Amino acid sequence: MSHQSTYEPKTGIEKWLDSRLPIVRLGYDSFVDFPTPRNLNYWYTFGGILAVFLVIQILSGVVLAMHYVPHVDHAFDSVERIRRDINYGWLIQSMHANGASFFFVAVYLHMFRGLYYGSYKAPREVLWIIGVVIYLLMMAAAFMGYVLPWGQMSYWGATVITNLVGALPVVGEGIREWLWGDFAVGNATLNRFFSLHYLIPFLIAGLVILHIWALHVPGNNNPTGVEVKGKGDTLPFHPYYTVKDGFAIVVFLMIFAGFVFYLPSVLGHADNSIEANPLVTPAHIVPEWYFLPFYAILRAVTFDFGPISAKLGGVLAMFGAIGVLFALPWLDRSPVKSMRYRPIAKWCFLIFVIACLGLGWCGAENPDNMVFEFGGIGMPFVVLSQILTAYYFIYFLVILPVLGFVEKPKERPESIEASVLGSSPAAAPAE
Amino acid sequence: MTDHTTEEPTRRDFIYIAAGGAAAIGGALTIWPFIHQMNPAADTLALGSIRKDISSLGVGQEITVMFRGGPVFIRRRTEAEIAEARAVELDRLPDDLARNENLPDDASAADANRVLNPEYLIVKGNCTHLGCVPVGNGAGDYDGWFCPCHGSHYDASARIRRGPAPENLPVPAYIFENEGAVVKLGATSDEVAAAGWSVA
Repeated sequence: MSHQSTYEPKTGIEKWLDSRLPIVRLGYDSFVDFPTPRNLNYWYTFGGILAVFLVIQILSGVVLAMHYVPHVDHAFDSVERIRRDINYGWLIQSMHANGASFFFVAVYLHMFRGLYYGSYKAPREVLWIIGVVIYLLMMAAAFMGYVLPWGQMSYWGATVITNLVGALPVVGEGIREWLWGDFAVGNATLNRFFSLHYLIPFLIAGLVILHIWALHVPGNNNPTGVEVKGKGDTLPFHPYYTVKDGFAIVVFLMIFAGFVFYLPSVLGHADNSIEANPLVTPAHIVPEWYFLPFYAILRAVTFDFGPISAKLGGVLAMFGAIGVLFALPWLDRSPVKSMRYRPIAKWCFLIFVIACLGLGWCGAENPDNMVFEFGGIGMPFVVLSQILTAYYFIYFLVILPVLGFVEKPKERPESIEASVLGSSPAAAPAE
Repeated sequence: MTDHTTEEPTRRDFIYIAAGGAAAIGGALTIWPFIHQMNPAADTLALGSIRKDISSLGVGQEITVMFRGGPVFIRRRTEAEIAEARAVELDRLPDDLARNENLPDDASAADANRVLNPEYLIVKGNCTHLGCVPVGNGAGDYDGWFCPCHGSHYDASARIRRGPAPENLPVPAYIFENEGAVVKLGATSDEVAAAGWSVA
């Protein structure tokens, strides 16, 4: 891609193919000889882990679609049948349902990694934006996938989220009926969600190719945030990072397998074992864990803001929380990429991570419940989520822009090689 | 090829613009069927009305019926509930519109604008916040309905009083038949006009 190709076709068939479709060359230059910074740590392995999980989700999903029936009268029973009667259905259904959760574990760690090491900064803005689009598509796929088993949480989660659209002025109700294909969430909704749930992973796969392309033009960022300057800064992707990524993938899959085999339903919700009933709302509607921070932001807006109702305000805040990520490369004004060398930003980032986890906690609780209470004084969760939501936006819209001007960064190493091997080039060992 | 010295539009310029315009308009027209196919289908729209016998409903009782994929509450209110709903001053209501499909959009939220017969309150049963089904039978702080999802309280006229819901529970188009023994949900505008609905 951006570096000089070192591929030399050796066999006859490779030579023949290379002058017609140089696909072996593309693979060799991208995943074998690709020059990669020599100091990448384990936080950089989640990209590879995510690729593995995309494949797991597509393969298990294609199999589930062979047995699933997207009809309101049969959907719930067909999923039960997959779990009980289909040969190895229990395994494949568990892989798919838990695979979604682990996909999000990996993508959140991948994103926090990018935030900490400044991987969104020039010249990687397009890489970052493609990543945010992939994340949005993942959320859409996960949301629609959770509707398919047609349990109580499926139905009511779909009802609550599609009703958000109704908050838009003038066009909201028309768009809501258009999404439903009915006057409520029903069979038409289930059918289209199944169709789109099958489509989106392939859109993601296409964007992943663009994501890797946009990664390989400027090359990887690295924990120092100092760009690659010479040959001594890099190692070939294979075997150094195929092995490192491979090891991380194996460890991650071991944890995944623990859930698939021993805790297959622990990340789900008990109410989803009850078939959908439009007349009975569960006592407490909660989304899957990976949406909880955004659900907390949605519910944090309990006040009207000028002409914007509380309901619309909540919707705008929730989508704004993701929208702000698109602007991040231009909001962060600091020329220093890695927060290793940003003494103030580092702590603000740590608080940001805690705020995100705290929002997840708030999203799981009833807003009127108390975080703590003694002597008649306490704080309900809605107040905590308002504080954390405020910090979430302040971090992006105030802290990062302002720190670029007021923060005094620490001294950075002169090169990646120097940071790994000491500043004296003479100390570099032979490869 | 093209004569670049002339300032006058050539026949070729015209063909370019005409072809480009036709392609753009044709493309836009082709998109519409692919959007509109997602709207409620003809058979879905045709299921738009049902009849329910309410003659056995006792005073203070409430039933929920399925209508257009969602719940509709039919409550036969007690004298006390009617009096309570009518005593509320309108400026204390977060939503001051009747939200009644049988009346003009600007009708006020007075209890008289919410019912055809004051004894029977008939409203759609999805919270106007995010669509949950509120708990009824006098629940909540205002003796009407309470939505457990995000804590919206509705009064004895199913008007929003407190909580995140922005609007009163809407009144569907309906009429009474058989001298009040049967309610027809999804009545046509002609039937509504003949049924005696009027703004108080």
